[in-house]
Amino acid sequence: MSALLEIDRVTMRFGGLCAISDCRLSVSAGVAHGIIGPNGAGKTTLFNLITGIYRPTEGRIRFKGHDITGWRPARIALDGIGRTFQNIRLFKALTVLDNVRIAYDTQLHYHPLEALARVGRYGRGEEESIARGLGLLEHFGLAEFATLRACELPYGLQRRLEIARALAVQPSLLLLDEPAAGMNTAETAALTTFLRDIRAHFQVTMILIEHHMHLVMNLCDKITVLDFGRTLAEGTPAEVRADPRVIEAYLGDGEA
Amino acid sequence: MAYFAQQSVNAISLGFLYALIGLGYTMVYGVLTMINFAHGDLFMLGAFVCLLLVTFSPVALPFPVLLVLVMAIIGGLGVLIERLAYRPLRQAPRVSAVITALGCGLVISNVTLSISPYSRAMPEVFDDRYFNVLGVGVSLLQLLIIGVSLALMVGLDVLIYRTRFGMALRAVAFDAKTVPLMGISVNRIISLTFLIGTGLGGAAGMLYGMAFPVISASMGVLVGWKAFIAAVIGGIGNIRGAVLGGFILGTVEIFSVAMLPSTYRDLISYSLLLVILIFKPYGILGRAPNVKV
Amino acid sequence: MESVRRFCVRVAECRWILPLLLVIGMGFCVAAESGGLLNSYTRFVLITMGVNIILCASLNLVNGYLGEFSVGHAGFMALGAYAAAMMTTRLFPQMPALFLPAIFFGGLVAAVIGFLLALLSFKTRGDYLALITLAFLMIVKSALENIPWVGGPRGLAGIPTLSSLPITFGAAIVTLWVIRNLVFSKFGRAVVAIREDEIAANSMGVRTREAKILAFSVSSFFGGVAGALLAHQITFINPGSFDILKSTEILVMVYLGGIGSLAGSVLGAVIFTLLSEVLRDFGTWRMVILPLILVLLMLFRPRGIMGLRELPWFLPRRELTSRRKKP
Repeated sequence: MSALLEIDRVTMRFGGLCAISDCRLSVSAGVAHGIIGPNGAGKTTLFNLITGIYRPTEGRIRFKGHDITGWRPARIALDGIGRTFQNIRLFKALTVLDNVRIAYDTQLHYHPLEALARVGRYGRGEEESIARGLGLLEHFGLAEFATLRACELPYGLQRRLEIARALAVQPSLLLLDEPAAGMNTAETAALTTFLRDIRAHFQVTMILIEHHMHLVMNLCDKITVLDFGRTLAEGTPAEVRADPRVIEAYLGDGEA
Repeated sequence: MAYFAQQSVNAISLGFLYALIGLGYTMVYGVLTMINFAHGDLFMLGAFVCLLLVTFSPVALPFPVLLVLVMAIIGGLGVLIERLAYRPLRQAPRVSAVITALGCGLVISNVTLSISPYSRAMPEVFDDRYFNVLGVGVSLLQLLIIGVSLALMVGLDVLIYRTRFGMALRAVAFDAKTVPLMGISVNRIISLTFLIGTGLGGAAGMLYGMAFPVISASMGVLVGWKAFIAAVIGGIGNIRGAVLGGFILGTVEIFSVAMLPSTYRDLISYSLLLVILIFKPYGILGRAPNVKV
Repeated sequence: MESVRRFCVRVAECRWILPLLLVIGMGFCVAAESGGLLNSYTRFVLITMGVNIILCASLNLVNGYLGEFSVGHAGFMALGAYAAAMMTTRLFPQMPALFLPAIFFGGLVAAVIGFLLALLSFKTRGDYLALITLAFLMIVKSALENIPWVGGPRGLAGIPTLSSLPITFGAAIVTLWVIRNLVFSKFGRAVVAIREDEIAANSMGVRTREAKILAFSVSSFFGGVAGALLAHQITFINPGSFDILKSTEILVMVYLGGIGSLAGSVLGAVIFTLLSEVLRDFGTWRMVILPLILVLLMLFRPRGIMGLRELPWFLPRRELTSRRKKP
């Protein structure tokens, strides 16, 4: 079976700084893939490369078998990659409902002129966008906040809304950048269950960057360890946990 | 050939003036990444302050004293505007600060217009003389403009790259969030930047008034914004870029007026700006800012 | 106080009031025009108000919803004004029936140029985009000054007085309706998403270029329409009447009434028109007071009176029900 996402010898340099060097990563469909590594290891850069915010200096990125290197972020999103951000980037002044609708909207098909004159496919499209947005919020337990502005939500719910918004793109690959950042142990445990549920319900492949080892070890089928832009190790949680190089570089005494 | 040489001299002195005004835009942009739209109007005010000083001073003020006074007054006004109108908006969306700057500029120019609705003649500050260098007429005034501009630019370069203040200024320009942690007062650096930047604008206004001795309230928009074009062409935020841009624009203007009807001058300058902004938005020597995701 | 507030909320929720007001307004306009109910000054102020509403709502699309800072709106007005005036004075003189097509033509010319400007500057943001619009404004002005065929710096005189109350009122309604439709569509939401966070919007599949070009084109179309109406109201136009101060006037309206709000646009335009009549005796000091208001607004109320809020009258019904739903 061919991989859903394939990163082939990708290198990313910012001036003299080499953020990612000769990185190889292959993610099969249906897998939850964890990426760990110390700060500055190039994890977020890798996400920015996959989603087209940066263009790699060298190497190719393939998704669903075709080359997406150099595509614009919007095109990559429409091709089926959704993401969240390390420092939440919601549309803060917009309502919770509009936040997910904007992601759904990109799958609506009506012409600007149809919108300007309120004719044709416009009406049905709008109905559909509201219904689907509300449905998604319902599933995430956010429906009661639909009319609130996103910035009025408490922190944890903002994180959850960001995941909902990423799923509204209807991705086959979901990239989560530190979803448990700023959460305590109990919240992290709840998040683990929540992500497992999403994975089953939306049939989505996941790549997540995370520092909370319990979350990564419990959720992921496969783990890649990055250090200074290089792949240090790769394998199942058990293999990675046992890898002496990883223990030395990152996990310290083996249990963070 | 003589005609060409004559126009070249004119282009150089105009280029120096544009560069001098452009430096103010570029300094503020470098430190605050904000376009100080009011700068052109402060430049205009420089000419008017000079006119007031010459007219109402009981004793005839020599040129260097006049220059320092104009720079101090305009620089002080620049600091005041920053303190009252820009500083409260430093954390606000950047568009707010741009709008405020545009508003301040319009207030200054229209106050001047309301007080002095007509153009005024600039009195002579000193006796001008002409020299004939290889068949090319060069006035003492042109030499003075070139000399003073050059001195101010070299002074600024030394200040920014050779002094502690300059180092602090570059640090603020690089990362305004970290600098306070090093015990540097960002506010003081920004105030000083405005003092120097708008002071240079004032000096340019005075020199411009002497070179083209009919001054009016619309000078800020007509000339000041041109200088801004110069700064953008060279690469805004970059001191050397401002000088380069000033020369390019000065040359283009002088030679387009020499070859086409003079009404085409603005059309050509602004079209040049549009083309540069579209194809090389950060100018010839400028660099694109890094966006952190 | 509380009861007044509650009454206002109740009125705001009554959506049938708006159509009623529109019918009454249109009836009044037609009656006033044919029956000569109003003196020429009041009529002039009311038409100005209508033109200002069009200007304010259309600029709000770019400066409020898209969150960019355009100072070039007067340039689009100029294009619309000149294009329409050429049609009514040179191409089809003495044919008042062609006024509506002339208005549309004015809007179209402005929209095409706005489209091109947005297309060329699609990468540019923030103060650089502000500069592009500034350069555009200056180019339009000096280009018009250099075309003798349209009167050069002296301008065009003898434009027929065709902007009547009903036409202006109708144009303002159409403007608000179309912009409302755009704002509450996927395109409008994309525009707003770009204002809020462009990178996040891109990562959700929002195409920046499309949204920006659409916002600019529609905005400049109605800028041109307003210019056409203005030209046939004051009957004389010259390049100098579409300068940076004209743009500043529209900016004051937008930021006074409130960014990202149609109700705010109407409010801003109405307040501004009245204020500007009050200030008429102040001469050039009026041009000091207006920018000063702009600065004070930025310092103390940067989003304006209605900033990012909308009167329920202007919301499409389905948006309203989704907003009310409280499980």
